[in-house]
Amino acid sequence: MKKLESTLPNMAIVLTVISVLAGGILAYVNSVTQGPIEAIKKQTLDDGIKAVLNAEDLKVEEPDTLESRDIIYATDKGTAVQASSNGFGGTLKVLVGFDGEGNITGYQVLEHAETPGLGAKAGEWFQATGKGNIIGKNPGEKELTVSKDGGDVDAITASTITSRAFLVAVNNAYKAFKGGATDGNSGATTQAAPAEEAAPADSVAVETTNE
Amino acid sequence: MNNFKVLMNGIIKENPTFVLLLGMCPTLGTTSSAFNGMSMGLATTAVLVFSNLIISLIKNLIPDMVRIPSFIVVIASLVTILQMVLQAYVPAVYASLGLFIPLIVVNCIILGRAEAFAAKNGPVPSIFDGLGMGLGFTLGLTLLGATREFLGTGKIFDFAIFPEDYGMLLFVLAPGAFIALGYLIAIVNKIKKA
Repeated sequence: MKKLESTLPNMAIVLTVISVLAGGILAYVNSVTQGPIEAIKKQTLDDGIKAVLNAEDLKVEEPDTLESRDIIYATDKGTAVQASSNGFGGTLKVLVGFDGEGNITGYQVLEHAETPGLGAKAGEWFQATGKGNIIGKNPGEKELTVSKDGGDVDAITASTITSRAFLVAVNNAYKAFKGGATDGNSGATTQAAPAEEAAPADSVAVETTNE
Repeated sequence: MNNFKVLMNGIIKENPTFVLLLGMCPTLGTTSSAFNGMSMGLATTAVLVFSNLIISLIKNLIPDMVRIPSFIVVIASLVTILQMVLQAYVPAVYASLGLFIPLIVVNCIILGRAEAFAAKNGPVPSIFDGLGMGLGFTLGLTLLGATREFLGTGKIFDFAIFPEDYGMLLFVLAPGAFIALGYLIAIVNKIKKA
């Protein structure tokens, strides 16, 4: 077969046909994969909530999104809060579980852009088995800060900024939890807290090096 | 040129990572571990095989003056399909490669092979060329990833060889990628001359 000449109608027709075909195929693949993608996202979130609350089986109520974009997932076993702050490399998003008294039951780093090998260790460092254990602590009694700032949480070695940002995110989660927590006495849900109380993500002091 | 020769050409003689030095952005960006490097290599291979096949099939229908935009539409569609499929069925790979998957579109190996090989050859040799180039790329990325993971964290494919505390962090970070790549290219050149 001879190659098509580069005339204007030929070029226009060929490009249009290729684009339309590509668009149609993409629409089809999208319709096939959309379901599984949604299911995986939901599964990941459910697993995360279960992991931070140490519960095998729980019921998640309708999530509550605050003005600060923190999201509260109230469950029958405790409350999981998704909060964020500015880390060393970008947004640091965490999911923190609280029991009725506000003690931290667990956490998961959902999204981060920290340095691999340094700040990226935040996922393990602050767990019960890590060196900067925050599990069981209550940010309401004493706001969590790194030992360098007078707090009692050990910062990740060589990643003070990430550690600070992480604790800011956890404290934010606690504030959001307090603002939107269910009233234990009456069983009535209080209104979602106004923005001042829910505290938008504090930014961490900018420094040029990640000590 | 027979198909086997075409295949080996991509893996050894014109290895995209060590000889042609194409596609350096994903090479340096995704090779922080052997698994990441291999996943990226295989994802690129999949796109390369299909883009070579499709382009060799439609090459006579495309007027010369609009061949580049046509190739790009084909490649971009394939990458988008790959991205959706990975996200839906292998979320672990999707999570670790993230941003680098859409960037396969601008990987010059793919457009380069479409232009240099698929646009001049039939479908069967084109598939072998895509496979060879893709596997060569995968081999390069896996080697580089394994080197960096080993020197940086003491592991290869998450299998611990020495304790992580003795690892050189530099090799997990970007500068280590350049250093490791440089030494690997030197070693490959030495072996090829011998």
